[in-house]
Amino acid sequence: MTTTILEVERVSPRNGAATDIQSLAERVAALEAQLAEVQSRLPKDKVTIVVFSGDLDRVLAAFIIASGAATLGQEVAMFFTFWGLNALRRQRKLRGKKLTEKMMALMTPADTKGMGVSKLNFFGAGALMLRQMMKEKNVTSVEELIELCATLGVKMVSCEMSRDVMGIAPDELRPDIEVGGVAAYLADALESRVTLFI
Amino acid sequence: MGVDLATLAVTRELDVTGLKCPMPLVKARQEIANLAVGDVLKVISTDRGSVKDFQGWAKAAANVELLGQSEDTAGGKTLYIHFVRRVR
Repeated sequence: MTTTILEVERVSPRNGAATDIQSLAERVAALEAQLAEVQSRLPKDKVTIVVFSGDLDRVLAAFIIASGAATLGQEVAMFFTFWGLNALRRQRKLRGKKLTEKMMALMTPADTKGMGVSKLNFFGAGALMLRQMMKEKNVTSVEELIELCATLGVKMVSCEMSRDVMGIAPDELRPDIEVGGVAAYLADALESRVTLFI
Repeated sequence: MGVDLATLAVTRELDVTGLKCPMPLVKARQEIANLAVGDVLKVISTDRGSVKDFQGWAKAAANVELLGQSEDTAGGKTLYIHFVRRVR
């Protein structure tokens, strides 16, 4: 700001008033352009979450943060990749898949109900126990949270590359999701105040 | 905050007792959307975390103001009460 004032004073009077005004107008225009540039680079009220894990507890944390952020008036985008895609699964299909893809499909959960916990899973017993304990404590289930996030306008994006690698057919996932890649995530993350990798 | 909670005119009361994070906040957010600007919502919760959560909500969201918080007990349970005003 100080610099601008000094610059203005340095405009010599012998150039005439018209030139002064013209050079001032040019300076204002240049400053406005710079301001617009700075503003466009400021983070927005946005939260971006990468869901890499398909563990029930981690996915639960991701959706609690997402629903909380949406409630606080933030624009929320969630990107699901690799095991995280299991959180978007609606069904399991085997038809038309290669052997490795079929094996992968059988070894991963068919839907969110089949997700295990990150610790003490014991072939699903840990997950059942956690769900039971959550129910007793009246904590919202992960399925309810996903639906809640969808109604709150949380954007859910499935990573196309990892979906393809894992051999998951598009119709095995929720129909209300978007499809994207690394640039889709980065475009949102670069203008977010908060970005998480879960 | 300087608001006398006892004499505050409350537009609507929301009972979220028994609900856990993030539901008290989500329900309050849905309820305040139905109120007019200037209206006051009283939220009654049993979630201890809701005290900080409602402070965070008021700090992060431009459309609400936290007028005050208080505690009460009912049936051996502590109630956390929040008074929120819609400002836009």
